[in-house]
Amino acid sequence: MSNVVAHADDHGHAHAAHHPALQHHFDTMAQQKEAAVVGMWVFLLTEILFFGGLFAAYMVYRIWYFDAFAEASRSLSLFWGGLNTAVLIGSSLTMAMAVRCAQTNKRSATVNWLILTMILGTVFLGVKVIEYADKFEHHHVPGYNYQWAAAHPSTSLGAGEAAGAEHAAPSTALGAGEPHRELSLNADQLQLTTQIYFSLYFTMTGLHAIHMIIGIGIMLVITWMAYKGRFDEQYYTPVEMTGLYWHFVDIVWIFLFPLLYLVERHV
Amino acid sequence: MSGHISPISLYLTIFMALMVLTGVTVGAAFVDLGQLNFLVAMIIAGFKATLVIWYFMHVKYASKLTKLTVATGLFFLAILLGLFLVDYGSKAFSQMPPFLS
Amino acid sequence: MLDKLKIPERNYLNNGHGLASWLLTKDHKRIAIMYLISISVMFFLGGLFAVAIRLELATPAGDFVQADTYNKFFTAHGVIMVFFFLIPSIPAVLGNFLIPPMIGAKDLAFPRINLLSLYIYWIGGVFTLYAMLSGGVDTGWTFYTPYSATGSNSNVVPVALGIFIAGFSSILTGLNFIVTIHRMRAPGMTWFRLPLFVWAHYATSLVQVLGTPVIAITIVMLGVERGLGFGIFDPARGGDPVLFQHLFWFYSHPAVYIMILPALGVQSELISTFSRKTIFGYSFVAFSSLAIAVFGFIVWAHHMFVAGISTYAAMVFSFLSFSVAIPSAVKVFNWTATLYKGAISFETPMLYAYGFMGLFAIGGLTGLFLATLGMDIHLHDTYFVVAHFHYIMVGGAIMGYLGGLHFWWPKITGRMYSEFFSRIAAILVFVGFNLTFLPQFVVGYLGMPRRYHSYPDEMQVLNVMSSAGASVLGLGYALPVIYLLYSLKKGAVAGPNPWGASGLEWQTQSPPLTENFIEVPVVDREPYEYEHVVAKEKHLV
Repeated sequence: MSNVVAHADDHGHAHAAHHPALQHHFDTMAQQKEAAVVGMWVFLLTEILFFGGLFAAYMVYRIWYFDAFAEASRSLSLFWGGLNTAVLIGSSLTMAMAVRCAQTNKRSATVNWLILTMILGTVFLGVKVIEYADKFEHHHVPGYNYQWAAAHPSTSLGAGEAAGAEHAAPSTALGAGEPHRELSLNADQLQLTTQIYFSLYFTMTGLHAIHMIIGIGIMLVITWMAYKGRFDEQYYTPVEMTGLYWHFVDIVWIFLFPLLYLVERHV
Repeated sequence: MSGHISPISLYLTIFMALMVLTGVTVGAAFVDLGQLNFLVAMIIAGFKATLVIWYFMHVKYASKLTKLTVATGLFFLAILLGLFLVDYGSKAFSQMPPFLS
Repeated sequence: MLDKLKIPERNYLNNGHGLASWLLTKDHKRIAIMYLISISVMFFLGGLFAVAIRLELATPAGDFVQADTYNKFFTAHGVIMVFFFLIPSIPAVLGNFLIPPMIGAKDLAFPRINLLSLYIYWIGGVFTLYAMLSGGVDTGWTFYTPYSATGSNSNVVPVALGIFIAGFSSILTGLNFIVTIHRMRAPGMTWFRLPLFVWAHYATSLVQVLGTPVIAITIVMLGVERGLGFGIFDPARGGDPVLFQHLFWFYSHPAVYIMILPALGVQSELISTFSRKTIFGYSFVAFSSLAIAVFGFIVWAHHMFVAGISTYAAMVFSFLSFSVAIPSAVKVFNWTATLYKGAISFETPMLYAYGFMGLFAIGGLTGLFLATLGMDIHLHDTYFVVAHFHYIMVGGAIMGYLGGLHFWWPKITGRMYSEFFSRIAAILVFVGFNLTFLPQFVVGYLGMPRRYHSYPDEMQVLNVMSSAGASVLGLGYALPVIYLLYSLKKGAVAGPNPWGASGLEWQTQSPPLTENFIEVPVVDREPYEYEHVVAKEKHLV
């Protein structure tokens, strides 16, 4: 077993033929693929904890300022949020199909499913642009010219303030408008605490959107590689890795949607 | 060597299930269940996530190590959220800073 | 029989020349060398700031620099030492170099990701240094809100960004080690035949992978708060600054275990080798590394006892903090039992190991003082805390790093250094260290606050002792630079196993081949079986 002071024999490439994608520090394609899968999941663990910090902050403030969270959540568009959820779940399906086609060595089908996934991802981002633009318009971006009370007169004291009446009430499509029940926070307090909600909303959805943009970028590269015929049933690992990443992004949204859009909708 | 290849019908089934569950989540949000609303939404979301992990991400057919890795991540997320609650759940909080209440 | 030893003709150092062959390498050993150079530079930069601190504190009055500047000094010292020296140190240098040979692999699982982690470290380092030097940050390395978010007008965001970037380097290293240790072990290398160094790095990697993302998101939240005016921690909008502390310490406490666990692994190797005896209670020591990693995640709020957490939470975290001392104690007991009736010797690596035992014990025990709620009320934010963590991080981690560096230097370079000067340096480090930090326990107990640039006159004697000790310590750190570099050209050729150590890495040539092994070794022995080791060839200059 000792190879002390060994003369290095020429580590030529005359050993048994192996798949061109097998890297030399691995013994078999199976070992290489398993390492990649475990490695990708370890990376996804870091993503779980990364988003986890935001979920922790959300948890604390939802307990503290439930009314602010409920009011702010009701001002989000359930239509756009629901649509996006469907779009993203659809893109998970198309991504799973893309991986399957790579597994079964169907080159052009792989490319097509990947392109479809990217299209759906882009639709999602487009909808987010619409939603964000609306937020900017209604001064719901914290820090800069934030105004909650103007469009949302409070009723906690039972006395509605007509002060906001001149500002156009947000359309029903956005589900905003008069508060729906007695709140424990007055207008001034809502002006402040809803900013916490929106700070978290923008940070969470913004971070999610950045992950999607990166995912689409990665998919562009993978699609190109697939188009060039780099994958076969022995080696489709990059496609599978991309799939894992994309499904994870979907899972994050699966939680973001109810947490951000569905707080006390029944009121 | 290739990994397990799932039938297309499986993927379609999971997709339909996810869409239905999304609808259920939205529907349930409009029913007044009080404190349970949050729990119901999270349980459904957790189930959806499980479907994605188990079938779309092929963890059902993956090695024990992969399954252990997933479980570890969830365990530590639970520690993060749980121990935060040890503090935040055990102290009174004022609704607002004093100068604004 | 004693042929004159020669540096092997083909090794990883001469396999390819030129800058590109280094900067674009996939060889984990070359990456380790580049990390070694990088963190050494960072260490001396961080040390410069320490010099500035001790210069100021040599006199009671704040007469060397202004308070704001002093704040920037200790912030720079902390940020550089924690994020750019201690956290990478042993894993990125010794772990990177040794884990593949120790497990019988040709490289880590993801060599290009290894290289990427180095690039990311450089980028984060450059960012942070630029921010430090172009105005600096005065929040302390802990950059608590609301001061860091809205109060401070220093370069918070660039420094935070630099740390964010460097965090990815840490994550990628940990990810690589986890996959490598799980999937790249040679045939016969079962988990319980692994060197304890590997167990320690596995545990460290778990912490790196699970903890670092949380400080990353905390920095993101701080960034949007400071840069975009968002309000997550802002008390004026109902936010909770203590939430920042919870999120910060959720990572930063496990981070200290990232810093010490690898050194604990080194310690096991040194104690065993220089007692020529198998580690007592191998599986206990192995599991204790995992236990420290896991327990390390549930104690963070002991940094926040007086910050405004509930009394209930404080009691829970105090109790949990006591429990995390147990696996550390298990290690100390097992090392002691290993030494007992072993054939102990006093080579330089072992000198560091002896020092480590005592200093780590003191650091750990004083941690228990701080975990005690009643004591912590008095000791929090005093020099007692500063002394405690320096005992662990300097008396423990850095001595572990130096001991490991001296132990594996012959393997890494093929050369032996001067045993005479290295022993002097080790003694200077030990004496200088204690002279610097022992007085700090006393002044802390007497009430001297940390992060203040002035203090009451009656504490001057102890502070002067501390500053004097720092110069001895500095000398002790400077010496290795000289004799280690000297050894590269003039040191005696080491041969494959100058210490008579066990472990697969000692079965290969020094320096190793690029691919580590010509043929994959098959392991059929338990670890630390010294009877089978090639006879020791002692080289004393």
